[in-house]
Amino acid sequence: MPVEGGDGLMGRQILIVDDSASIRQMVTFTLTGAGYDVIEAMDGRDALEKLSGAPDVAMIVTDLSMPNLDGIGLIRAVREGSSHRFIPIVMLTTESLESKKQEGKAAGATGWIVKPFRPDQLVAVVKKVLG
Amino acid sequence: MTDRHREIYRDEAYEILAELESSLLTLEKAPDDAETVDRVFRAMHTIKGSGAMFGFDDIASFTHEVETVFDMVRRGELAVTGELIDLTLKARDRIKAMLDGDADSDSDRENAAAIIASLRALTPGGSRKAPAGVSAAPAPGRDPSRQPGGDDAARTYRIRFRPPKDIFLRGANPLALLNELRGMGECTVVAETDAIPLLGELNPEHCYAYWDLLLNTRRKSDAVKDVFIFVEDDSELSIDVVDYGDASVDEYKNLGDILLERGDISLDGLRKVLARQKRLGEMLVEAGLVPENKVRTALLEQQHVKERREKREAAETSGSVRVGSAKLDLLVNLVGELVTVQARFSQMAERKNDAEMIAFAEEVERLTWELRDNAMSIRMLPIGTTFSRFKRLVRDLSAELGKDIELSTEGAETEIDKTVIDKLFDPLVHLIRNSIDHGIEMPEVREARGKPRRGTVHLSATHAGANVLIRVRDDGAGLDREAIGGKAIARGLVAPGAELTDKEIAELIVLPGFSTATTVTNLSGRGVGMDVVKRGLEALRGSLEIDSRAGEGTTVTVRLPLTLAIIDGLLMAVGNGFFVLPLSAVEECIELSRADVARSHGRNIAELRGHAVPYIRLRERFAVGGEPPDIEQIVIADVTGERVGFVVDRVVGELQTVIKSLGRVYRDVDGVSGSTILGDGTVALILDATRIVRGAELHERASFR
Repeated sequence: MPVEGGDGLMGRQILIVDDSASIRQMVTFTLTGAGYDVIEAMDGRDALEKLSGAPDVAMIVTDLSMPNLDGIGLIRAVREGSSHRFIPIVMLTTESLESKKQEGKAAGATGWIVKPFRPDQLVAVVKKVLG
Repeated sequence: MTDRHREIYRDEAYEILAELESSLLTLEKAPDDAETVDRVFRAMHTIKGSGAMFGFDDIASFTHEVETVFDMVRRGELAVTGELIDLTLKARDRIKAMLDGDADSDSDRENAAAIIASLRALTPGGSRKAPAGVSAAPAPGRDPSRQPGGDDAARTYRIRFRPPKDIFLRGANPLALLNELRGMGECTVVAETDAIPLLGELNPEHCYAYWDLLLNTRRKSDAVKDVFIFVEDDSELSIDVVDYGDASVDEYKNLGDILLERGDISLDGLRKVLARQKRLGEMLVEAGLVPENKVRTALLEQQHVKERREKREAAETSGSVRVGSAKLDLLVNLVGELVTVQARFSQMAERKNDAEMIAFAEEVERLTWELRDNAMSIRMLPIGTTFSRFKRLVRDLSAELGKDIELSTEGAETEIDKTVIDKLFDPLVHLIRNSIDHGIEMPEVREARGKPRRGTVHLSATHAGANVLIRVRDDGAGLDREAIGGKAIARGLVAPGAELTDKEIAELIVLPGFSTATTVTNLSGRGVGMDVVKRGLEALRGSLEIDSRAGEGTTVTVRLPLTLAIIDGLLMAVGNGFFVLPLSAVEECIELSRADVARSHGRNIAELRGHAVPYIRLRERFAVGGEPPDIEQIVIADVTGERVGFVVDRVVGELQTVIKSLGRVYRDVDGVSGSTILGDGTVALILDATRIVRGAELHERASFR
């Protein structure tokens, strides 16, 4: 089957960063089901390590509150680096606090999803920022 | 959310609670340890966040209160006291009880409320109201992932979007946003480039361009605004309605029209004077009041609105005309003949090398192609008409089976050739019936599996290049691996004990006569199964793909060409004969030399990047006389998921051509699905790759016996 328009976007690699295994599982399950490739990382530090070996990662979905290196720190590090400087980063946040969202945006986050979210909401946001 | 996910959450939460206990005990001894405070906060945060996601709402809202308190501790607004530790430990035990599932009695609830009340009493504000959090709608205000709902009358919006310079460093892509808008309706986009500096001053990581758009859509202005939800705070964004879709057209006459009507002036005279008049835009630019590009976009806006109005008026006045489809078919046929004649004409002009004639031929070509596209578009209909017929079908069938099923549809406006729509109805009915009968479980079963009682069948249509993708998706049980495997073993299709992949299972159910329904219901299980659907679709030059996940549902994707009247093909030559293979199936072409043939010892297998690809010699298949050239060509094609090569003398090139059906005498010729006439008048046969391959397989099997 030749690859065409809409389908060609599938199979892109997404890095999910969250210290909660259940959230990671759920995100991986949802995105794999939508045709994406998913890599998991447990925190910001783990994410940076995995990124360095994965040039094809096209997007990051990250939690904000994590041990070792939190989401804000991860976003800053990615934006300062060279390999994935321009990829979309979406933050998962339970913070209804505007300040946390602003902090993330200032660090260079592309968008956000507020937990709890439904799988279809996640897919919609991923589709939106991956274009 | 499936049970599996809830189970994982529960395991994780137990683990976190165990850690939390030891963190709290550490904190009791060292109340100022910021890292431990952080750990406690994170534990609450995770339990709350994941809890809400996996349906443990009671845990989420309870934990939210504790998290709020620890957020204050973290920010230094509240000190760690023995009382706080005490309460938090109690809260921890409560969460554990909730996880165990034995915290449902009234006294339990009172207990929880008491803990929360005491916690709140610790905070500086005393017992303030619970902040909006867990149970509140996701995202304060608007929700980035929301699917915009109801439609409105079509309106035209004027949008000015100027992203922040550092938009790329936020990972956002302005073009993706523009494309999203384009997807909403008719859209005119103008890139404003006046802010782009000279090359020396340009920072390639910055975005200097901005955009003016005119969008005609039925979506509400909120939906349009939502496109920019992630960037609106930092962008310069204005969205105004410039044309409401109603009849508020300003009706007044121009001076010229009035004078003309009154006979005070002749049309010629008026035109001459008008030609001397300068345009307002030109005058403004000359006076240095507005830059030229601003005038240009303003004119575009005027044009856009005008076109919309004209279209609307045309639609209101003329409406539509009903024409018999036989007349349309005749028109398309005649256009097909015309295309053929025109191609011959162009070739002749080329050959005679007469400049005048070539110019003439080009003119005819342009008109013919436009005529052809127009004739084809008349036959295009939105697929929605078919969709609406299925609503009733789903309602009746689900009632008959005692199931609760809802049909949702998407992409009803997708246009597709009328003949395809007509022939698509039966296969689609079959797929939907399968979903209802085999896929979606009885409400009680669904409930027991943690799914909503009501099942969903989702029907969607989208364009993908020259194809239309139609998906039938259900959230049922998925393909019944055991039943299918068992049946396959019983019929001797697979060896007993063989492990089958999902793909193999999917392939099994499209085999002729394969049905697993244990009882023959009114709906399915009469031995007329997916194979009929598959064959029906192949007759439409379409294909079928099945994706099933146990416990979660099945998605069947049908891929169809937009129209049956035209084919994008690859023209190939064997001896004096010409053959056409649908381009959508062609993957690549490789060479086949005599040496290759000798090496393969007559097995008709070519090597392609380490894979063996069987090939079929069209020369032999169609008994074409003559000797093949020293180097032949293998056209590798995808035939129902398998790679197969077709050996020809040479590949002529791509062509887009009108399909002509074969006459009655040749209708039953195997391996040929139609014909077409080439520019020089030669007939080329359109190959039915699937049947040729199937024929070759049968032949092969017979020769092994």
